[in-house]
Amino acid sequence: MQEFLQQLVNGISWGAIYALIALGYTMVYGVLQLINFAHGDVFMLGAFFGYFFSRWTKIAQEPTLFGFFATLLFAMVACALVGMIIERAAYKPLRLRPRLTVLITAIGVSLLLENGGQLIFGADPKFFPSLVAETKLYESPTLVISNLPMIILAVSLVLMILLRFIVMNTKIGKAMRAVAFNREAASLMGVNTNNVISFTFALGSALAGAGGILVALTYPKIDPLMGLLPGLKAFVAAVLGGIGNIPGAVLGGMILGVSETMVAGYISSTFRDAIAFALLVVILLVKPTGLLGSRVGEKV
Amino acid sequence: MRKLLTVALTVTLLAGCAKEENVIKIGEYGGLTGSTATFGISTKNGIDMATEELNAAGGLLNKRVEIIVEDDRCLAEEAASAVKKLITQDKVVAMLGEVASSRSLAGAPICQENKIPMITPSSTNPKVTEVGDYIFRICFIDPFQGEAMAKFAYNNLGLRKAAILKDSKNDYSVGLAQFFAETFKGLGGQIVAEESYFEGDQDFKAQLTSIKGKKPETIFIPGYYTEVGLIARQARELGIPASLMGGDGWDSPKLAEIATIKKPGDALKDCYFSNHYASDDPNPIIQSFIQKYKAKYNEVPDAMAVLGYDVANILFDAMKRAGSTEGSKIRDALAQTTNFPGVAGSTTIDSARNARKPLVVLKIAEGGAYQYVATVNP
Amino acid sequence: MKRLLVFAAIFVLFLLANRFLPQWIDSYYLHLTILSCINIILAVSLNLINGFTGQFSLGHAGFMAVGGYTSAAFTYYLGQKLTSALGFLPIMLTKNLIFLSALFSGGLSAAILGLLVGIPSLRLRGDYLAIVTLGMGEIVRVLILNIDAIGGARGFSGIPAYTNVFWVISLTALTIAVVTSLVNSSHGRAFLSVREDEIAAEAMGINTTYYKVTAFVIGAFFAGMAGCLFGHYLQLLHTNSFTFVKSFEIIIMIIVGGLGSISGSIIAAILLTFLPELLRYLGPIKDWRMVIYSLALILIMLTRPQGLFGSREPNWRRFWPFRKPSPSI
Repeated sequence: MQEFLQQLVNGISWGAIYALIALGYTMVYGVLQLINFAHGDVFMLGAFFGYFFSRWTKIAQEPTLFGFFATLLFAMVACALVGMIIERAAYKPLRLRPRLTVLITAIGVSLLLENGGQLIFGADPKFFPSLVAETKLYESPTLVISNLPMIILAVSLVLMILLRFIVMNTKIGKAMRAVAFNREAASLMGVNTNNVISFTFALGSALAGAGGILVALTYPKIDPLMGLLPGLKAFVAAVLGGIGNIPGAVLGGMILGVSETMVAGYISSTFRDAIAFALLVVILLVKPTGLLGSRVGEKV
Repeated sequence: MRKLLTVALTVTLLAGCAKEENVIKIGEYGGLTGSTATFGISTKNGIDMATEELNAAGGLLNKRVEIIVEDDRCLAEEAASAVKKLITQDKVVAMLGEVASSRSLAGAPICQENKIPMITPSSTNPKVTEVGDYIFRICFIDPFQGEAMAKFAYNNLGLRKAAILKDSKNDYSVGLAQFFAETFKGLGGQIVAEESYFEGDQDFKAQLTSIKGKKPETIFIPGYYTEVGLIARQARELGIPASLMGGDGWDSPKLAEIATIKKPGDALKDCYFSNHYASDDPNPIIQSFIQKYKAKYNEVPDAMAVLGYDVANILFDAMKRAGSTEGSKIRDALAQTTNFPGVAGSTTIDSARNARKPLVVLKIAEGGAYQYVATVNP
Repeated sequence: MKRLLVFAAIFVLFLLANRFLPQWIDSYYLHLTILSCINIILAVSLNLINGFTGQFSLGHAGFMAVGGYTSAAFTYYLGQKLTSALGFLPIMLTKNLIFLSALFSGGLSAAILGLLVGIPSLRLRGDYLAIVTLGMGEIVRVLILNIDAIGGARGFSGIPAYTNVFWVISLTALTIAVVTSLVNSSHGRAFLSVREDEIAAEAMGINTTYYKVTAFVIGAFFAGMAGCLFGHYLQLLHTNSFTFVKSFEIIIMIIVGGLGSISGSIIAAILLTFLPELLRYLGPIKDWRMVIYSLALILIMLTRPQGLFGSREPNWRRFWPFRKPSPSI
């Protein structure tokens, strides 16, 4: 039982991270019908921005809670900017083009960030400074819960609640939902779709950046290719929950994180990466639009 | 797009204009971008430093040595393309590489067919040198290291119950784990658990939780520092007190950095690993290498950099003894390499074209520093 | 009769190419040509699924992997026994018969996977299908990583080198011929109708299920054969070569060439095989090779998003000097 709880704690913290990244994917898809493959690399950039910021401002030498939040904020803002730049430069010119074209561009941006990262940051793994001292909240011979997974969970929850507030209770959130529903009608209603789209990208990228910092905190090895697989799995999580559906992304992320860890722990760790996809196939066969996705009738 | 092409072409032409006739061209292929780029780059650093020193001291056979390096993106088909290009287009006289056994296996047949001697600094799969008589290696092969650590664990540390956590994606790791297990069991020890992970993984808690339940006295982790650091950290987080053991893949300044809980390297305190050399060895060859590397690259060399440095120097030495750049003569000279004073130990190439050299066992002490414990001779 | 003569002539031409090409062309460029041909097979077969039938498939590397590993296991484990069993035949014939069987086994196993992948396509559309196909590719890769009998995580080495110029050119020609004739037939019309408007196609009595699954099966079959050629050329198979990055590379080829244009796929496949290699000659900025490649990709998409030929085939017949003049009206 204790081992089960241990794996569960682990699974939930990964689930929260996948959820954070999946939220970005799902928001952008809702607004643009675009699968932004470069999103996982924004997650990587978040970790690196945090790395350089904390070392430059010497926070790394004297970690404080304030320092941690400052780094988190910096990474989120920097990633938001990067997200907006990518959108303006690479995706906006292709707004009216078929989706496959934009997809390829997204793949191109992803490759650019990865290879550029390897060249600029160096391909060697870097050690992310310990911004929050690790303490054990609960320790028994069979179950150890440290504060780090709890921090991940707490920060993720706060960010998700914040996001829900923005989407549901603010004017810009309403505009986002309108553009997601029908872009042309929204612009006819006076919504500045370009700004809304940029804002969506900024928001999604900020969340991915936060995810990067949180992961780097617990698994302090960062390298330019670290976003590849988590990005893909977060995308799977978004589809799992119904792409375009915000609570769905959170649900999908959680399910993915927990099942992955359970399979890795109880069956075999070498099948870890395949679980995400196997799960996806099974669920999509039963619910083709994802768990919380709505069945949109096709107009003839 | 056109402008980009023009610029690119101009640059290439200008670069080509600097050609001289007094150059010996040696090829190097490795993964400089892609999943395991960090090892390719370290190796390249070592090779570059050795080449610089050689050229500064007058070169080889009165000519300057130029290393032409091609990136293979950590893909087998690109390794084949890179080797083909280096041999047929750049007309190199010898080849250095690759780090990974699978990519060495992609490039070796091409070198063998074209009678270009190839030396791999770190591929441990026995099949690599079996491709042909032009293929050499200068690193330990798995049986040696695996057995040495098993004997050390049983005899020197008196341990009887061990667990293994190996990297299934690496010949090196799997080979070491296999020979460790065989030797340890043969001596009377017990392997209580055997788990695996993939190079690139970040979360090992699932495997470690499972190992923890079997209560081993030590965990043998014959992987690369990129994962070992995280594994050590997570092991301590989960409350596993056992000491950890490993092979030369641990050797890197980053290992202690990553394996930090409160102080550098404390997750790996009192852990042991086998290596080519000890950094506190007063041998001037070793010390001057470390100083020069630090001065040039601003960091302490890791095992790959050391092997890169040695592989280049062993090749240069063989070419000097051969007195020519002809493939068969270099090959013969390489096969006769005896007691070459490399940084990574006194190297002798045996009849199977593998290297025989002593191994040292190091202990990780306070602050992540390595302490010499013992030497094992082949 | 005439057709038989044409085929015989082509057969002899390929045999001659096999004999003489390695002597005329520098071995590096021959190597790149062989890799291009394998990519042509992959691109054309993917174009059948994505371009002509409009099914968003992102898992083509999985088909290639299955074909490659199955055929490699065939020659590695059964090769010896078959060679001795067929000892009464001349060795050249035996070798090529074994390779032919390996090609079939690779293609067949990939086709079975194609069937499995085609089935979800019945219930899934667009992006959902894309992610499922991507997932299938990754599942295949992870499964292979765990099977030690075919090398597992360290790669399958020691595959006999059966691929030669003859096989590569013949299979490329075969793929192009089959897909072209398929597309220009009534089946091709059905594929296109599925792409254009599935509901209308169903309403017109086209069995869209059959055509979607068929597209996957045929596309997968050729991809599997490409995998077989690949494995028996490099004599080594490693899962690093079959990640979703490889699937993306093939997608890039068909989009740059123009979705739904076979000549476009061929030209793009050749171009995108040679481009990363040519970038090696950039001298001092060689390290930026992959960065330049990704920038080039983005630029191509921004400037010519429909690809080289869009979705139309250029009229190649106007270049053939021996055709009968078309009747003027």
